[in-house]
Amino acid sequence: MAIKSYDAGVKEYRDMYWTPDYVPLDTDLLACFKCTGQAGVPREEVAAAVAAESSTGTWSTVWSELLTDLEYYKGRAYRIEDVPGDSESFYAFVAYPIDLFEEGSVVNVLTSLVGNVFGFKALRHLRLEDIRFPIAYIKTCGGPPAGIQVERDRLNKYGRPMLGATIKPKLGLSAKNYGRAVYECLRGGLDLTKDDENVNSQPFMRWRDRFEFVSEAIRKAEMETGERKGHYLNVTSATPEDMYERAEFAKEVGCPIIMHDFLTGGFTANTGLANWCRKNGMLLHIHRAMHAVIDRHPKHGIHFRVLAKCLRLSGGDHLHTGTVVGKLEGDRASTLGFVDQLRESFVPEDRSRGVFFDQDWGSMPGVFAVASGGIHVWHMPALVTIFGDDSVLQFGGGTQGHPWGNAAGAAANRVALEASVKARNQGREIEKEARDILTEAAKSSPELAIAMDTWKEIKFEFDTVDKLDVS
Amino acid sequence: MSMNNTTQGDYQTSQTLETFGFLPKFTQDEVFDQITYLVSMGLTPSIEHEHPGSSSNHYWTMWKLPMFGEQDPVRVMDEIEQCRRSYPNHHIRLIGYDNYTQSQGVCFVVHEGKA
Repeated sequence: MAIKSYDAGVKEYRDMYWTPDYVPLDTDLLACFKCTGQAGVPREEVAAAVAAESSTGTWSTVWSELLTDLEYYKGRAYRIEDVPGDSESFYAFVAYPIDLFEEGSVVNVLTSLVGNVFGFKALRHLRLEDIRFPIAYIKTCGGPPAGIQVERDRLNKYGRPMLGATIKPKLGLSAKNYGRAVYECLRGGLDLTKDDENVNSQPFMRWRDRFEFVSEAIRKAEMETGERKGHYLNVTSATPEDMYERAEFAKEVGCPIIMHDFLTGGFTANTGLANWCRKNGMLLHIHRAMHAVIDRHPKHGIHFRVLAKCLRLSGGDHLHTGTVVGKLEGDRASTLGFVDQLRESFVPEDRSRGVFFDQDWGSMPGVFAVASGGIHVWHMPALVTIFGDDSVLQFGGGTQGHPWGNAAGAAANRVALEASVKARNQGREIEKEARDILTEAAKSSPELAIAMDTWKEIKFEFDTVDKLDVS
Repeated sequence: MSMNNTTQGDYQTSQTLETFGFLPKFTQDEVFDQITYLVSMGLTPSIEHEHPGSSSNHYWTMWKLPMFGEQDPVRVMDEIEQCRRSYPNHHIRLIGYDNYTQSQGVCFVVHEGKA
């Protein structure tokens, strides 16, 4: 071991943290940051500063560094790449030794990787684009409480996407009227309905009343249709104690699935709730309020693919991913890039989808991709093509805005979905032939015919703010 | 679903029995198409039947064993027909087992029995 002596003062970060010859280990956690430095600061210094400040470094040398082997513990900036079409930013790749992170804690990983470093003065902007979690780390995380395969078996849904809706109006209904809206959606053909994320336990509808009326709605719809149904009861609350109390009651009234907002609720709450769900045989739907605050700016923040990976590790059976075609932001290639991260057991590096690393998920169960927001029957063939079978397609306004009400709206969506799946299986190009397929199906479904007429003019065609960096 | 001025807008709940339950009953050709898809996806065809009164259970009775390695949709159609003759009052469903995902890539009712 080399003998070192203490030399107080401020050193250049790159002396210690820029290591272009380093070959990352299979057990290293790798990160790709998009860096935009202050004018005049060399790229290597910026990259090294990011590596240092997100791992072992601090601004000044301290004597106690010599009591450990920082060469073993430090993060290393090992590669710099140009960002295609952008001269002021660059990608910095950093490798972190696995021992920097507590086992099974995405909280700990994020606290290091996106902690203080994001406010660092030498940087104008910083964005965490991707993380490669080593399989050794993944094996320490619980992941989805059930996963795609188990959920399909429990709910008896095969060979097609599942169909859902968020109950509207999202605020203000009494518990009994709310349960009515749920019942109408489920009897009409939806598989699942959802509490809006804003619904927790407000004065107009306390959680306990909602849970009871909703569970009656589910049971009645199941009996009448011969199908299995569910409603995501939102247990996101002010404290973990409230959250678990609500989760226990959801189980007691026989609802198969509950819901949590993983960013506003936080990863600690989410991981705990996922563990509870696994223990108690409950499914867990994950909403993502606040994500656009973090992920929308192309040069600052955290890309959603990272948040999606973290959620799969923390635990959830469904995750909202955007719709590509609806009212909310989302580029198609980029969305498919992180949808793969939710569902596949191995995802290869693919820059055309914004995937910076090979990612091996091993045996970790998959998460259903949820497409929700501003979609209606006309979008159905495109949604089936984009998201495939392992998804939940959620039509809130597109179900409950039907001229004949929720049940007819639900039936219209279900007919459109099944007609699309049937045609896809017959080898037809359903996105191109959307109009023909839906028109054909509407001949035997007046509910679909009216829905097609109601929403024929609605389109959401704005340009994406956060585009992939492609040359 | 009939539509006239008095019933328009009245949505009646019906037993729909999961996937494809909302489409008109498949013709023989349409069933054939779905079997062709099932086989082309590398899934294993399998047939199950059950009395309508017990059809809400996860498990239905298997008709023989899953048809491992079967590539000919006609033979699958024949087995469905034999099952129907043996159990005319039962629901019959066609399954495509996926041994990679350990799930079912296809599952729908091809024949509805009378309760």
